[in-house]
Amino acid sequence: MTTDSPNFACPLPILQHDRIQLAHGSGGKLSADLINRLFLPRFGNEILNRLDDQAILNPASGRLAFSTDSYVVDPIFFPGGDIGDLAINGTVNDIAMSGARPLWLSAAFIIEEGLPMADLNRVLVSMEKAARAAGVTIVTGDTKVVNRGSCDKLFITTSGIGLIPEGVTMSAASIRSGDCLIISGTFGDHGLAILTCREGLSFETRIASDTAALNGLVENMLGVSQDIHAMRDPTRGGVAATLNEWAKASSIGIVIAEEKLMVKPEVRAACEILGIDPLHAANEGKLLAAVPADKAEEILAAMHRHPLGKQAAIIGQATPNHPSLVVLRTVLGVERIIDMPVGELLPRIC
Amino acid sequence: MKFLDEYRDPVIAHRILAEIRLTVTRPWVIMEVCGGQTHSIVKHGIDQLLPPEIELVHGPGCPVCVTPIGIIDQAIAIAARPEVIFCSFGDMLRVPGSSEDLFAVKAKGGDVRIVYSPLEALKIARANPDRRVVFFAVGFETTAPGNAMAIIQAEREGVANFSELASHVLVPPALVALLSAPDNRVQGYLAAGHVCAIMGTREYQPIAERFLVPIVATGFEPVDILAGILMVLRQLEEGRHEVENQYQRAVRPDGNPQAKAALAEVFEITDREWRGIGMIPASGLEIRDRYRAFDAAALFPCTSTSSREPEHCISGAVLKGVRKPHDCPAFGLECSPEHPLGATMVSGEGACSAYYRYHRTEGVRS
Repeated sequence: MTTDSPNFACPLPILQHDRIQLAHGSGGKLSADLINRLFLPRFGNEILNRLDDQAILNPASGRLAFSTDSYVVDPIFFPGGDIGDLAINGTVNDIAMSGARPLWLSAAFIIEEGLPMADLNRVLVSMEKAARAAGVTIVTGDTKVVNRGSCDKLFITTSGIGLIPEGVTMSAASIRSGDCLIISGTFGDHGLAILTCREGLSFETRIASDTAALNGLVENMLGVSQDIHAMRDPTRGGVAATLNEWAKASSIGIVIAEEKLMVKPEVRAACEILGIDPLHAANEGKLLAAVPADKAEEILAAMHRHPLGKQAAIIGQATPNHPSLVVLRTVLGVERIIDMPVGELLPRIC
Repeated sequence: MKFLDEYRDPVIAHRILAEIRLTVTRPWVIMEVCGGQTHSIVKHGIDQLLPPEIELVHGPGCPVCVTPIGIIDQAIAIAARPEVIFCSFGDMLRVPGSSEDLFAVKAKGGDVRIVYSPLEALKIARANPDRRVVFFAVGFETTAPGNAMAIIQAEREGVANFSELASHVLVPPALVALLSAPDNRVQGYLAAGHVCAIMGTREYQPIAERFLVPIVATGFEPVDILAGILMVLRQLEEGRHEVENQYQRAVRPDGNPQAKAALAEVFEITDREWRGIGMIPASGLEIRDRYRAFDAAALFPCTSTSSREPEHCISGAVLKGVRKPHDCPAFGLECSPEHPLGATMVSGEGACSAYYRYHRTEGVRS
């Protein structure tokens, strides 16, 4: 075709793409289009809608909790969730584990050229839902598009700010001997959900991730007692890693009773087949808490009243014996060490 | 969980333990041959529950541990080639070769993938016809039939870009080597139940008769292991030396004929070096000439012979059951699962790793 063809018309740029193009991250027309058509309808709020380079916040007086985390999970959609709700819940939980009430989040997206627009939209929808469920607003964000192969589909970084209620102080170093250790439910679900849905590993029963925001459960707990010494969501490295970190940080020993540990039958079966200790497998919607023994029952009852804490149980205690070591009392009545997991055989689970 | 909970039942376990205490009259040394059993014994604390007369020593039955360092070096050289996708069970990636491990190759850009079965590697080969896919086929008689099947299938389907770097080892010749050693202390054996599920129990008969030792094919759960120990103990106390089968839910005297046929079709017996132990005659399997097109050792010849072991590691003595992990001066200090000096610290089934993970401090023993 030549330019003097009688039918020639200057071609308009294509705005309706079904896949992400490099230009969607260029800061130009397509970027604006992406933000206006995809991001704002999902996340829009008074602060974000201003589209300034920063969010202006008005915190009440008091201490703030601030946290950041990157999400690179592969695959981006998995049974029980996707990279979107994981990115919201993960940062909400990191903030909530200080006892803080999470308020504001930032979200930064690194998108691989060629990502189907429908996939991005699906992730944004689930972020919107997760943010609403957790009661947080996304107040600032960023989008970059990189060449195909420079990242894998989609990476998301979220940061968040929460307000710590007066009188609440928690730290991994504050655990005292005699403290009861509470877990909010079954463990290992997320790690095995990701592992079993990866290529080549298909099980008859689909294991679903437990991704969930825990701030509501934490509010229930703090509602009955602010006297919680430490709280942590056992993500990568699982329950074993969190307990070991606590034992070292507080220079105390920890004893866990094997018969109190709850693992879903399908998770346990997959762990047996794959040779994985469920104590080493990641969780995305569970918490561990160290609480004084005289408050334990009260806090446990408050947890049972929340949907995410129905199966909460006391699984062990902090002890002055064997400082810095975590020990499991087995059903056969002997004790053995629970160690930190070694090596990363399971990359990109969150 | 069915087939699991009943074999971890504390009531049954303690009933068998009481029986063991009643039966034992003098000290005995019993070896569990398989690393999976070592892991289970240490994990469940079975060694702590036994009466002091019974000493368990841990055998050489961890394939990751006994794979010779020369083959690890060969795997590393093959995995580093740009046209290769190197597939392996996860445990093998951290096994130190002479200078590095497969994780290091991966970090440098080698395409090293963790798979859970040789058929997964075959699938990768089908999906990547322009690449050469090599599966690291290690293990005892248990994994050999599956690895043989992958080669048979590859030939049947004409998947020409698939091959295996095979380093299989056999249990009975290793038992003979251990029993023939002048420093042998072991008086009775728990044979590996899953190996017997494939091969049957008949091949242990001549060993029991020649060396006058009881051999009991035993499973992997606490109740299995305790029952196996009781069966060996009864034989020792009564002066018998027979082959018995504790793992009857999986083991038949003749084993699994289909698996044995696949194994014999693809592999033939060869002399094999065991890491930490040395050369054992007729103790390994190699790919037959007929399947040479699928033999990575032939397709990627490796000339390096400079493989070296660290000097002060005692993993050889640990593998033979002569020394315990705690006897090693490096144990838990310069040697740990993060920085293993020897193979017994690398694999979860290695005795050193099991001790490190579950009771590296004497203080936690009850």
